[in-house]
Amino acid sequence: MSIRRPAANDLQPKSFIFNKINTKEVDKILSKYPKEKKASALLPLLDLAQRQHDNWVPTAAMQCISEILSIPLIKVLEVATFYTMFNLEPVGKNLLQVCTTTPCWLRGSDDIVSTCRNKLGIDFGETSKDNNFTLLEVECLGACSNAPMVQINDDFYEDLDSDSMLKIIEDLQNGNKPKPGPQSKRFGSEPIYKKAKLK
Amino acid sequence: MISDKNIIFDNIHGFNSSDINSCTKRGDWSNTKSLISKGAEWIINEVKSSELRGRGGAGFPTGLKWSFMPKEKNKPHYIVINADESEPGTCKDREIMRNEPHKLIEGILLAGYAMQANHGFIYIRGEFVQEAKALDKAINEAYDKGYIGKNACKTGYSFDITLHRGAGAYICGEETALLESLEGKKGQPRLKPPFPANAGLYGCPTTVSNVETVAVVPTILRRGADWFSSIGNKNNTGTKLFCISGHVNSPCVVEEEMGITLKELLEVHAGGVTGGWDNLLAVIPGGSSTPLIPASVCEDIVMDFDSLKNVGTGLGTAGVIVMDKSTDIVKAIWRLSKFYKHESCGQCTPCREGTGWVMRSMEKLIHGNANIRDIDILKNVCDQIEGHTICALGDAAAWPVQGLIKHFRYEIENRISNYKVLKVAE
Repeated sequence: MSIRRPAANDLQPKSFIFNKINTKEVDKILSKYPKEKKASALLPLLDLAQRQHDNWVPTAAMQCISEILSIPLIKVLEVATFYTMFNLEPVGKNLLQVCTTTPCWLRGSDDIVSTCRNKLGIDFGETSKDNNFTLLEVECLGACSNAPMVQINDDFYEDLDSDSMLKIIEDLQNGNKPKPGPQSKRFGSEPIYKKAKLK
Repeated sequence: MISDKNIIFDNIHGFNSSDINSCTKRGDWSNTKSLISKGAEWIINEVKSSELRGRGGAGFPTGLKWSFMPKEKNKPHYIVINADESEPGTCKDREIMRNEPHKLIEGILLAGYAMQANHGFIYIRGEFVQEAKALDKAINEAYDKGYIGKNACKTGYSFDITLHRGAGAYICGEETALLESLEGKKGQPRLKPPFPANAGLYGCPTTVSNVETVAVVPTILRRGADWFSSIGNKNNTGTKLFCISGHVNSPCVVEEEMGITLKELLEVHAGGVTGGWDNLLAVIPGGSSTPLIPASVCEDIVMDFDSLKNVGTGLGTAGVIVMDKSTDIVKAIWRLSKFYKHESCGQCTPCREGTGWVMRSMEKLIHGNANIRDIDILKNVCDQIEGHTICALGDAAAWPVQGLIKHFRYEIENRISNYKVLKVAE
């Protein structure tokens, strides 16, 4: 478990409402669950709010969602602080999450971490001064056969080494979006060799 | 080794398109209606006699699990697909969802029909954003073609599928925590009984099955239970996706027969252990929760549920993590302890407090900054966690450390005595 709390009051916006497009999206999400079980839409709505609000969830959004779903605010707060994908504080434009769990670590995630730290000049949990990057250490992201890997916003960047990591950061610093997926010659998670014969 | 004709997931690496037309060409949805018309009982019996065991880690016989659903339908029945793939070393369901989504969707319809469910949920881990998009597209395609929805496959049966994204909690891979999460709550496991088959999602009869388990069902029904059970060994039948990671020349996800030897799996598909087979130190055979096995055991071990259980570990999710002799084995296991400490939901005291305690003790052992008796204290704490929690996360946190102490006690003891010598020298 890790302690997660909403951001300090001076960072919190006074109010939050879903914009026009997302209001329609809210209805669409609600329609997927049985009518009397609206609370099921809590995770999707928190995600939607986060996407609308610069990738973090303010308390005002939790209030708004608690009203939509007719559940107490404390229940929303409980859930938002439990699940690590909800950012409770402002984050940089690029949320760079480095996996360091054993399968990635075995294949050199330490190098990836130091490349990120050195290039960005920030440590885990910090945001760069230009607000372009937030660096986080995360647990297994489920792409172990393509280790080491990082997740940047919605995309996985896999089969990394220091050079390719550096290039990805440079691309992002220059405002370009690097191509997601394996940064090696691989297409996905296939073996690079043809089947060998057992010696 | 698997022959090409026995491969179920022929597009697992995504070299071909995953859209519905390509999938239909490869055989998905080809005679779903006639499979359904054979009846619910036939589907469950066929799955039973195929001896398919759950691919999510526990290896419970799938047909038996499905037969636990009440025959009388007083409340809605639900089928929930566990796609919260988060076990370190495991990355197979991801490949199914992005490259073979229609095998899964067809499987959900067939399994749902067999259990009289009219609604299926897929709970996918939140980090899999692209995989969720791929799956969402596939679900919409299946609706458009009339394969699911009202009058699914023109059978008169109505069946809906809802894709639900999680939000970053390993514990939601535990079936009752998953159901809590799906109901919009914190993912904290429920006490069992009642089991989900009696009171699951919204208090209604529910079966939770892993992605791979459900995705192989259409092929089993088409090709016959006898075909599936003829592959592998008694009670450990069929083919299985293996995810190979760590110190191999070519990490990969690959489908193989149950009962392939570990050596063959690594040498044939993964390009061998880095530095050669003799450079192997240890293998975690089934995802992070399963205890490691040292190289001496790896020599002729067979990859199936019962064989691995006999050597004190398990097939788990078949996420094979390979470690060569350059590995700091204590640090590798410490990192797993850190993982479990991070992912404990905090509900049961032995796990909430124990995982942190284990992590801190392991941290000391990396450098040897401890006493010899601390090893036994650590083992004792692990034994106190194991079996004393609501769900298996406590067990999963204890097993890797117990495995380390069992097989590498000498290594830890060496570190402790070396550290003492160093301190004296200083």
